[in-house]
Amino acid sequence: MDLSAINPVLLVASLMVAATPLLLAAIGELVVERAGVLNLGVEGMMIVGAISGFAIAVETGSPWLGFIGAAVGGAILSLLFVVLTQVALANQVASGLALTLFGLGLSALMGQSYVGIKPPAMGKLDIPVLSDLPVVGPILFSHDLILYLGIALTAAVWWMLKYSRMGLILRAVGENHDAAHALGYKVIRIRILAILFGGACAGLGGAYISLIRVPQWTEGMTAGVGWIALALVVFASWKPWRALLGAYLFGGVTVIQLNLQAAGVAIPVEYLAMSPYVITILVLVILSADKSRAPASLGRIFHASH
Amino acid sequence: MIVLEKRPQPSRAWSMATPLVAVLATMFFGGLLFAALGKNPVEAIGTIFWEPLFGEYAFYYRPQLLVKGAPLVLIAIGLSLGFRAGIWNIGAEGQYIMGAIVGAGVGLAFYPMEAFYIFPLMVVAGALGGWAWAMIPAFLKVRFGTNEILVSLMLVYVAEQLLASMSLGLLKNPEGFGFPGSRNLQSYGSAHNAELIEGSGMHWGVVAALIAVIFAYVLLNRHMTGFHIRLTGEAPRAARFAGVRPARLILFCLGVSGALAGLAGLFEVSGPSGQVSIDFNVGYGFTAIIVAFLGRLHPVGILLAGGLMALTYIGGEIAQGSLGLPAAAIQVFQGMLLFFLLALDLLTNYRIRAARKEVA
Repeated sequence: MDLSAINPVLLVASLMVAATPLLLAAIGELVVERAGVLNLGVEGMMIVGAISGFAIAVETGSPWLGFIGAAVGGAILSLLFVVLTQVALANQVASGLALTLFGLGLSALMGQSYVGIKPPAMGKLDIPVLSDLPVVGPILFSHDLILYLGIALTAAVWWMLKYSRMGLILRAVGENHDAAHALGYKVIRIRILAILFGGACAGLGGAYISLIRVPQWTEGMTAGVGWIALALVVFASWKPWRALLGAYLFGGVTVIQLNLQAAGVAIPVEYLAMSPYVITILVLVILSADKSRAPASLGRIFHASH
Repeated sequence: MIVLEKRPQPSRAWSMATPLVAVLATMFFGGLLFAALGKNPVEAIGTIFWEPLFGEYAFYYRPQLLVKGAPLVLIAIGLSLGFRAGIWNIGAEGQYIMGAIVGAGVGLAFYPMEAFYIFPLMVVAGALGGWAWAMIPAFLKVRFGTNEILVSLMLVYVAEQLLASMSLGLLKNPEGFGFPGSRNLQSYGSAHNAELIEGSGMHWGVVAALIAVIFAYVLLNRHMTGFHIRLTGEAPRAARFAGVRPARLILFCLGVSGALAGLAGLFEVSGPSGQVSIDFNVGYGFTAIIVAFLGRLHPVGILLAGGLMALTYIGGEIAQGSLGLPAAAIQVFQGMLLFFLLALDLLTNYRIRAARKEVA
């Protein structure tokens, strides 16, 4: 066992990388849930995003196009959720599960010919001087741009929810869809847009795993990140900055356990590998005492019976 | 303009018809998918649904139907109880694994002793293993109000890691030349869940599945707890006035579904699979969710749905061999089925009408 091999600066830097897929997916789901929709299909949308992004990046040679493709792929899959829950008024829990089961199958089908391929590498930020600074450089100034996009997205969603008219309407729809409907807001339309946004974000998160974090394609590679993202939204009490904090916390746990595995600690690998999931449960337990922050119409079906 | 009009009561006719329509729609769109993959759709669908039952080698595949269908039905019956009451146990896969680990562990502890009571003890241990694993989300939900969906799912990943740890460590076969995986229970008489009739595929798991169907039917139709489950699902407010204790219901539904999933795992590990190994679980716990919905959360429906789903598994394997249809295509096919089912449910609860022109 050699813990001194763990470099704290690199640890923080890689923690941010590990947290980004979680953050992207959680921010998307946060918007969806603030609009009063519970989409349990995050895992499915992530894995479909992971393979569509990977495939497009490999075919075109451009990771950027890959990420765009991943967002589109995730959004298309979420369109199925839209049809089920907003048009066919199906149960949201069951529909979300269906989305995940379907997405896992679909991604495996799409990814058959992409196993064992290396995707084109994504450039990293490299500002002269700044990126070379000790400690601060590797942590703040030498990541890929998608990581910064995740943080920017968090800020944008926070601003949108708190200060914009659009955010106010979105929250109204999520808190009380009947009242919002009575005021003349298009409940279904707003929810559809929110779900599509959530799908696109989850797709981006998935592609971040397959294109940057790992980077390669293996079946079922999201390994529950989508579900942890769902837990993260609860952890964050539906607030964007807390989602960021939570994502970094979980990213930290993941990275630390990987580092401990590499350092050869006396704890068996399997027990280290299960730690992120166990910690998710513990966090859920601690935070579930306060449910008051959940959007009041979360998971309820809206049907305008005028 | 088309509008939806809520039916005063769900339509019974549509409720019975939707699974059939969903299966037909899945066959059609699945056919399109197979065509897109460059396979002859008619041949592919025919292979999946016809070959295992009436094809040339049907004598071999028919027993497989029971082997694959039993765990699906066993798990789905348990899940359906909770789903009816709005209690979502989606971690059956984890409970299935834990049932297998605990049950096989008890059996292996007796090795190489031969005694009649070993297998019954394993069955009890398997059920307890699954039950205990499901009690974690149940207890946390009752005590702290934690979301059971997320907790039960997280525990699947934990169980998978435990399975890996067990097959590489504690339960590893000491005479296995270092390969991962436990001793093969098929060659340990007292612990082997053998076929009851040679070549029929009928093992104790199938018997247990049939008993579970009957048990669930009686429970839901003739028993107070079953009434409470249905009431909670259909009219939660009325259920509270009727004196239903939610906590007790949560513990009951999660407990039963966990125990049944654990049993399924035990019968699998001691029979068709034979050993605790890293890749022991193959997703029955998740497919059972589809089975539960396809069977309309009704015991008899689940029995039929389990058979159908087993058919797609076996037919899918045949199509893999003979047509080169990818395994994932079958997974997509099964997922599609759930989609159509949920979408078509609209017809059960709503009437589709052309909107009349309204005057101001």
